[in-house]
Amino acid sequence: MKPQIAIIDYGMGNLRSVEKALQRVGAQAGVIDSPEAAAGAKGLVLPGVGAFGQAMERLSEAGFDQLVKEWVIADRPFLGICLGLQLLFTESEEFGPVRGLDLVAGRVVRFRGPQYEQHGDKPGLKVPHMGWNSLNVTKLHAVVENLPPDAMAYFVHSYYCVPDDADWTTVVTHHGMEFTSAVSRRNVFASQFHPEKSGDVGLQMLTNFVGLVDAAA
Amino acid sequence: MLAKRIICCLDVDRGRVVKCIKFLDPRDAGDPVELARRYNAEGVDELTFYDITASHEARSIMLEVAARTAEEVFIPFTVGGGIRTIDDFRAVLKTGADKVSINTAALKRPKMITAAAERFGSQCVVLSIDAKRRADAAADAPKWECYTNGGRVPTDVDVVEWAQRGEELGAGEIVLNSIDADGTMAGYDIQLCRAVADAVTIPVIASGGAGKPEHLHRALTEGHCEAALVASIAHYSAHPIAEIKSYLAERGVPIRPTAFPP
Repeated sequence: MKPQIAIIDYGMGNLRSVEKALQRVGAQAGVIDSPEAAAGAKGLVLPGVGAFGQAMERLSEAGFDQLVKEWVIADRPFLGICLGLQLLFTESEEFGPVRGLDLVAGRVVRFRGPQYEQHGDKPGLKVPHMGWNSLNVTKLHAVVENLPPDAMAYFVHSYYCVPDDADWTTVVTHHGMEFTSAVSRRNVFASQFHPEKSGDVGLQMLTNFVGLVDAAA
Repeated sequence: MLAKRIICCLDVDRGRVVKCIKFLDPRDAGDPVELARRYNAEGVDELTFYDITASHEARSIMLEVAARTAEEVFIPFTVGGGIRTIDDFRAVLKTGADKVSINTAALKRPKMITAAAERFGSQCVVLSIDAKRRADAAADAPKWECYTNGGRVPTDVDVVEWAQRGEELGAGEIVLNSIDADGTMAGYDIQLCRAVADAVTIPVIASGGAGKPEHLHRALTEGHCEAALVASIAHYSAHPIAEIKSYLAERGVPIRPTAFPP
């Protein structure tokens, strides 16, 4: 049976958790390894952990870059996670600059500044930004509905996204400075944090995404 | 603000969780997936499975435990013990685990850290260091030595120097196990925590010796650690995770709230 929610496998890890978490919240989710396999799917998930440049290469080799572009431009239900958020942007400075999918105008940059360095006895903030941090919803979106006010999610990254148009920003998080930790526009949602690793808060967001897929279907 | 993490460590021997004292005398503590589920429900922030047998047959049992965990528990988890090759890394990550910890193999072949970091990203390479105080060091200038093979083999490698080297090579975080404090429930080696945490910029996880919430508080404040690993304190429910978390929260340590409103 074709999955209703297709998870893109382009060799950048972390797929099993995403698949299992979506299945846990009742979705008929499955991994696809070619763009053709997305036929019939109502929702698309772009996960990913690793380096931006390598990820872009692998996406393009398999033809997934076109799939994602067409999907997002057509405003079909889309969930990007971690690298799957960053790849939507114009370019990343990780081992680059490297061009991204350019679906969201903006750049992916590294955490830097005196707050991340040690000063005498006072340790600096750590990079990578790894662990649980707060979600502050700045723009309502279906995926971030019904979360507790003190919701936290799990992050692992050294680079963060800076959209040119602040209207994309839907969640912000603080790590030495405030940064965009999720973007959204209609049926498109993408987060720097990992909903599939964020316990009950994450499962709630995935439930919300499945609701979005059902509503659009 | 980034929360300080509480990580539950499950030592697994042929598919069962066991708990050792000073790395010896294993006692049965239950089924790994059941414990993982319980700690997740109690609000632990992360899990670590450590394969203490690490024979060939045990490896497949461990992978099966990791895969079952990934089906049920949706928080980050690490698998370690007997990891020797990049293929071992791949097999573990394929189960749904987020990180792999290496110890002996890294000391024998430091380039392994770089190879794994380049292939899978630094975020999933955890350098685990088994540290023992050197008896010949002055009390006011303590030194620690790295041990391999589950705390059995001394290496003459200095712990602080190895931690720094590990970071340069590409490790994403360090789990710092005190052999002296392991299983004693008498508190973490705070001097050790601080010596390493101040010497590197990657997160350091204190491990070995937690017996009461106060011990975690010290490791996360005075010890400058980003996370604290617990085993005995949680397995025998002397102090449930929720109690440890409220203790820390009341003292101003940023932690992840455990309760999710119905």
